Amino acid sequence: MPEHTVKSYEEELSLLDTKISRMGGLAEHNLAQAFDALQRRDARQAELVIVADHAIDVLERDVEEQVIEIIARRQPMANDLRHVIGALRITSDLERIGDLAKNIGKRAAAIAEVSHPKPVISGLSQMAELALKQLKMVLDAYAERDAELALKVWRDDQKIDATYNSLFRELLTYMMEDPRNIGLSTHLLFGAKNLERVGDHTTNIAETVFYLVRGEAISDDRPKGEDTTMARLAEHG
Amino acid sequence: MEHQVVEGSKPVTVPALDPTITARGVNVFYGDKQAIFDVDVDVPRNAITSFIGPSGCGKSTFLRCINRMNDTIPICTVTGDIRIDGEDIYDPRLDVVELRARVGMVFQKPNPFPKSIYENIAYGPRIHGLTRSKKELDELVEKCLEKAGLLKEVKDRMNEPGTGLSGGQQQRLCIARAIATRPEVILMDEPCSALDPIATAKVEELMEELKENYTIIIVTHSMQQAARVSQRTAFFHLGKLVENGDTRQIFTNPSDKRTQDYITGRFG
Repeated sequence: MPEHTVKSYEEELSLLDTKISRMGGLAEHNLAQAFDALQRRDARQAELVIVADHAIDVLERDVEEQVIEIIARRQPMANDLRHVIGALRITSDLERIGDLAKNIGKRAAAIAEVSHPKPVISGLSQMAELALKQLKMVLDAYAERDAELALKVWRDDQKIDATYNSLFRELLTYMMEDPRNIGLSTHLLFGAKNLERVGDHTTNIAETVFYLVRGEAISDDRPKGEDTTMARLAEHG
Repeated sequence: MEHQVVEGSKPVTVPALDPTITARGVNVFYGDKQAIFDVDVDVPRNAITSFIGPSGCGKSTFLRCINRMNDTIPICTVTGDIRIDGEDIYDPRLDVVELRARVGMVFQKPNPFPKSIYENIAYGPRIHGLTRSKKELDELVEKCLEKAGLLKEVKDRMNEPGTGLSGGQQQRLCIARAIATRPEVILMDEPCSALDPIATAKVEELMEELKENYTIIIVTHSMQQAARVSQRTAFFHLGKLVENGDTRQIFTNPSDKRTQDYITGRFG
């Protein structure tokens, strides 16, 4: 694509991408660290993740202010307009992902003293891997303006949902087996729910990237994967 | 993957419903030099259409075909077919003076006649015999000034020269003058480029009201103005029509790469 005649405009738009990529990198890092802390029952690392979220919040405000300034001063049109609106939306999804990583950190800190049931942790770790992989892919899709890759991320979210569903059932069974497991299992369930929400925000980003590149919304229906809200306890009784 | 927007060989045109003006295969030459190449355009009724494009792209030349202003340039020839409500405006039997009453025009620089405010408006209806009495003419003048949002500002100074008004007022006077002959179409060639933002806003508000009863075409160099005021946009480049469609679509997701480069400020 040819550059803007006004160079400072070009620079402002690329600065926006630099900030988003930095934010995305931080969100990825925090999420990985948070899960690692949960898995290794490392309270200290969990605390670090909680503190580190602040940097993402600061970047979000920064991007927001920059987008507002670009709209006010440059009145972007067409793909530029989609670029700045996309940046605004992606930044808010990344901020939420940062919050979810922080929440996982809080859970990790809360249960650091308790030993975890092995099979549950392996399910959770599979989910965390998927969520991280999806997040990385969507950030690549944004950087490369790759609508096909964004579409793949969008479709693949159902894998995270499927893992969450089975994990939900597993934890429920575990709680019913022994009420002493309820405290720990609830924390882990919230952890899993946080990862599932990370997947949803990643999907939002994928939708934004697709719109940014193509100028239209993704049209096919995504299979809705998360079905635990409808799960009946009786099934497990 | 790369962006879908590509440079097409044929213009991207979304058809307009109920067009007032239809142009087909229009070419314009200044002597040997061709200024417009095979342009097809539909201009919808009771809507504002903006013509945009870099200087020298032919948008003003094309605009001037619609009221045959190019006839006044001896070396200029126009070929092709332009119709208003189905009527061929290049039909040799057509009365050009009458055509220009049906197709009013407003120019870049306000150009009121060196006459009183009243006479500026009354002149057209009088020569076209549109009113039968002084009273009727007075009413028409008042109505046109009212429509142009100027009546309140000038009603106590109707006999003062039109050239004594501010730039913005002069431009609205010219719009009032254009609508006095009861046209169907109003052509505006950069009507706000000499006006301050407040006067511009008043003209834009006026256009918005006028579009209920008129078909309006505006040539503008301001992308923001085209995006603000028009429902349809046509982008011209090097004498060709590149893209013509809904303004909303053109400014959020244009189909042709040249349109995108132009409206985002990436041209050459």
